[in-house]
Amino acid sequence: MNFTNPLYQLAWHFTLLSLVAIGGANAVLPEMHRQVVDVSGWMSGAEFAALFAIAQAAPGPNVLIVSLVGWKVAGLPGALVSTLAMCGPSSVLAFGIGRLAHRFQHAPIRPIIQSGLAPITIGIVLASGYLLAEAADQNWAAYGITAFTVLIVLKKRLNPLWLLAGGALLGMAGIVPV
Amino acid sequence: MPRNKGSKQNIENALATSDAITRRALFGAFLAIGLSGFGGVLPWAHRALVEQKKWLSENEFAELLSLGQTVPGPNIVNMSIMIGARFHGVAGALLAFLGLMSAPFAIVLALGVLYERYGDIMLVRRAIGGVVAVAAGLVIAMAVKMAAAQPRKPGPLVICIAAFTMVGILRLPLIVTLAVLAPIGIAFAWKSKI
Repeated sequence: MNFTNPLYQLAWHFTLLSLVAIGGANAVLPEMHRQVVDVSGWMSGAEFAALFAIAQAAPGPNVLIVSLVGWKVAGLPGALVSTLAMCGPSSVLAFGIGRLAHRFQHAPIRPIIQSGLAPITIGIVLASGYLLAEAADQNWAAYGITAFTVLIVLKKRLNPLWLLAGGALLGMAGIVPV
Repeated sequence: MPRNKGSKQNIENALATSDAITRRALFGAFLAIGLSGFGGVLPWAHRALVEQKKWLSENEFAELLSLGQTVPGPNIVNMSIMIGARFHGVAGALLAFLGLMSAPFAIVLALGVLYERYGDIMLVRRAIGGVVAVAAGLVIAMAVKMAAAQPRKPGPLVICIAAFTMVGILRLPLIVTLAVLAPIGIAFAWKSKI
């Protein structure tokens, strides 16, 4: 077997990521970025950010960024392998835990694990936002768009699709450098 | 996997309608959830499963969500697996997963192909630049919302800043960050509970 084949590498990376993805897809963004941009050099930071933006603008779970990354690296097989590797191991775990739900639900350790990990997850999600902002925000207008988005999301219940569409229009108007 | 009626009754005594949920209905429900889930699927899952179809009570939904968040992996995928498994075992888990993922998977790849073909056009590149700036804001806002729900204590705040620094600034592998911080975080939570 040829282990330098990108399909094996995708399968390996995302299987590992699946099992440490505490806090969902946004919490593994920095690790994915590190693997595909810094370590493997499969794409530039700007391309990675663009794929993330596409996954955000599309319907469905955020984890689809994984499918896009796999597709970019190795086409349709890459997309399938990455998606299954990212969802498979954690799903098997979820299936098992779901079966034991009632025993596990009242285990006194569970809320302790959850509240112990929460600040870590928050820090990592914040790092995800920082990495994306770093890719996008190279002038004050772009920083302004990011900051305005944060404010709107915190103050108003607005479908994020409107914000993404607004960002696209402002981008087309040429205020964000590319 | 055969369905065990006895234990099923115990687990799901609140789910009076569970026998009426066919495999096709299960797949269809998650297909609709996946397709409507712009900017996060969770609110749509709640609306469909709790408010409209009444397959789950508020409590059951919250319980499954918190379980889905304790297990690693995408939360909504974990939830779909657990909900599917409740109604139809392994087959149900697979159907719910496929329902949730298949249509969005096809759509996102189609968008990827379009991006590959037209991504060099200046107008498209500019639009994506604007969308990325917004997407960054959405992720940061999510972190702020999560932080607002936490008790304000110095210990967790230090751990949060450490996680941000290790992953975002130092670019350390996630495994390293978790190996260092998870035991500290859990030990801290343990101590403050007792």
